[in-house]
Amino acid sequence: MTVTLFIPCFIDAVYPRAGISMVEILERLGHRVECPEEAACCGQPPFNSGYWDEARPIAAKVLQQLVNAEAVVIGSGSCGAMVKKFYPELFAGRPEEALAQAVAARTWEFSDFIASKLGVTELGAKFPHKVTFHDGCHGLRELGVKTSPRALMAKVQGLELVEMGEAETCCGFGGTFSAKFPMISTAMGDVKCASAIETGAEYIVSNDSSCLMHLQGLLTRQGKPLKTIHLAEVLNQR
Amino acid sequence: MSSFVSQFKAAASVKTADLRHRQVIRTALRSYEVVRDKRKASFQSWESARQAAAETKWEAVNHLDTHLEALTAKLEARGTKVHWASNAAQAREIITKILQDKKARSIIKSKAMTSEEIHLNDALEKAGFTVVESDLGEFIVQLRHEPPYHIVFPSMHLTRGEIKELFQRELGDAPSDSPEDLTMVARRVMRQKYLTADVGFTGANFAIAETGMISITENEGNARLTAALPKTMVTLLGIEKVLPKFADLALFLPMLATAGAGQPMTCYNTMYSGPRQAGEVDGPEEWHVVLLDNRRTELLADPEQRDALHCIRCGACLNVCPIFRNVGGHTYGTTYSGPVGSVITPHLRGLQDWKHLSNASSLCGGCTEACPVKIDLHHHLLHNRRNASTSEPAFFERLSYKAFGLLANEPGLWWLAKKIGWLTQPLQKLVKGSALDPAKAWTKTRDLPPLPQETFKDWWKNRKPTQP
Repeated sequence: MTVTLFIPCFIDAVYPRAGISMVEILERLGHRVECPEEAACCGQPPFNSGYWDEARPIAAKVLQQLVNAEAVVIGSGSCGAMVKKFYPELFAGRPEEALAQAVAARTWEFSDFIASKLGVTELGAKFPHKVTFHDGCHGLRELGVKTSPRALMAKVQGLELVEMGEAETCCGFGGTFSAKFPMISTAMGDVKCASAIETGAEYIVSNDSSCLMHLQGLLTRQGKPLKTIHLAEVLNQR
Repeated sequence: MSSFVSQFKAAASVKTADLRHRQVIRTALRSYEVVRDKRKASFQSWESARQAAAETKWEAVNHLDTHLEALTAKLEARGTKVHWASNAAQAREIITKILQDKKARSIIKSKAMTSEEIHLNDALEKAGFTVVESDLGEFIVQLRHEPPYHIVFPSMHLTRGEIKELFQRELGDAPSDSPEDLTMVARRVMRQKYLTADVGFTGANFAIAETGMISITENEGNARLTAALPKTMVTLLGIEKVLPKFADLALFLPMLATAGAGQPMTCYNTMYSGPRQAGEVDGPEEWHVVLLDNRRTELLADPEQRDALHCIRCGACLNVCPIFRNVGGHTYGTTYSGPVGSVITPHLRGLQDWKHLSNASSLCGGCTEACPVKIDLHHHLLHNRRNASTSEPAFFERLSYKAFGLLANEPGLWWLAKKIGWLTQPLQKLVKGSALDPAKAWTKTRDLPPLPQETFKDWWKNRKPTQP
């Protein structure tokens, strides 16, 4: 299968290792990977701030790049939700609506694509560490991705998963919310970090780099030893 | 910036830093979650129950006119006086007039968020009436001269010790901080008030169009005494409280109890269908029902967010909301706090003044998942943001998104922006967290991640020729 891997802006600019891991995993599974080079961002920052007119050109560019895609894989639950759930609403009643719906129908979040669409869980990965998993809210509630990351982690050699208390509570990132209301965002992040630390894990793993950027930012600032890592990087450890 | 948003931010800054507050709320809500989940599991299917409830409320709200007419006709047929109030001022006038006509002095109240919405206590006290709240939580916050902290648990932010001190200070009596002792103190005060009150004032949980009944749900028996003892009863309710059929209560009563407090049923569920009838020995001689619009019809006129009128004020969305848990109920500065408050307040009190509540959300969707009547709460926060930005865009914010769009859609510019970001990293470190730092909203409490020299797209471009 040819997989069109859409790399979100912050994976491109900040966490390339997560994107590279996705490419390598998909290729090892025998798929041809394409990455649209013209599209940079799904348009979520203006969309979530209410600037839908400003979000549309960005989203339209992404759609253009995905017109012929057989399967679209997105390395983030949040950007995945943007394309799969919100593009059809953003373009409702507009010429791009049909395309938005067609693309949404073949769009997958990375871990869900591997575990549900491809039906593969054994990736031959080794990660001898105790970890806890953070479900990004968009992946969890907009896309319903909950079991796939866990099914994949269950097959990673040496990985011990300890679920944290209040695992489904938001970490407090929330995109522009984190900068508009930093005091609330930080308090929510502190609660999340405390839950993660309680598990005794060495890593917080997530399928959303944006949540991890927020949590790692807090952990580093507070001098906590707990580290964060994207699920794809864990699955690509040999 | 409107004064409401600066007040919100100031209060949020105080509360989010208050670790004791965080702990009190977290502890209270943890025990709620345990019992709620236990009760939810006792439904054959909580999801089907939610679907059925949402459909019933959809019918009620989308045919509100006919249901309200039916309700009114049935109530009037049994001698109840029904009043229609378009706004808060009218509702206050109607109620004050009733009290004046009855030459009332003392009013006993059971819990009613609609009375908070129209600021009734203030108005009545200014007009010379004595008002006593009879719900224990409301009684406590009334003694503290503050509004309810939560729509269902008005005094959940207070510990037993604080309530004991309050009772000692205000009532001169509190032998210990045990719930039993504190309740006995409140009961002794209230029992006198029931007997001497001229008017009993109540809210309502549901109004049944089919039978012309008001359903009131409570755990303390105080609403029954409020309704039964004084000669005159006044009930204030929002027009969205109507349910089509009596049988609908079979779903809504357990659902409200489960979602709201993790109870199988609330302790006392009473249906009121009229004042004392000929041959009856008790009940109020006169009953006035005031139906309040107060811009609910504007929400009704918005097909996208009309389902916000489904709300049964159970508080489930507040309980799961990480924003509510961290900023607390009073920070919102609204009658209805938490997610549903953030959705409806812009409709009830003005979008531009209250849009910040819709922005103060990570859009996590916990509220929508918890809502027993399936209001699309977190998406409505997004809709409020869109409506606010469309009707009055913020100049610089819009400009920055336009600029961001240009960058994102032009690969050369995007590449350049990333390189500039990488090159200026060391400079950013010098000003980190200071007033000069353009990212200070982030860096005050969080480190920025180090930017890599080789981005994903650089890597992809460089490896491409080696691909099969």
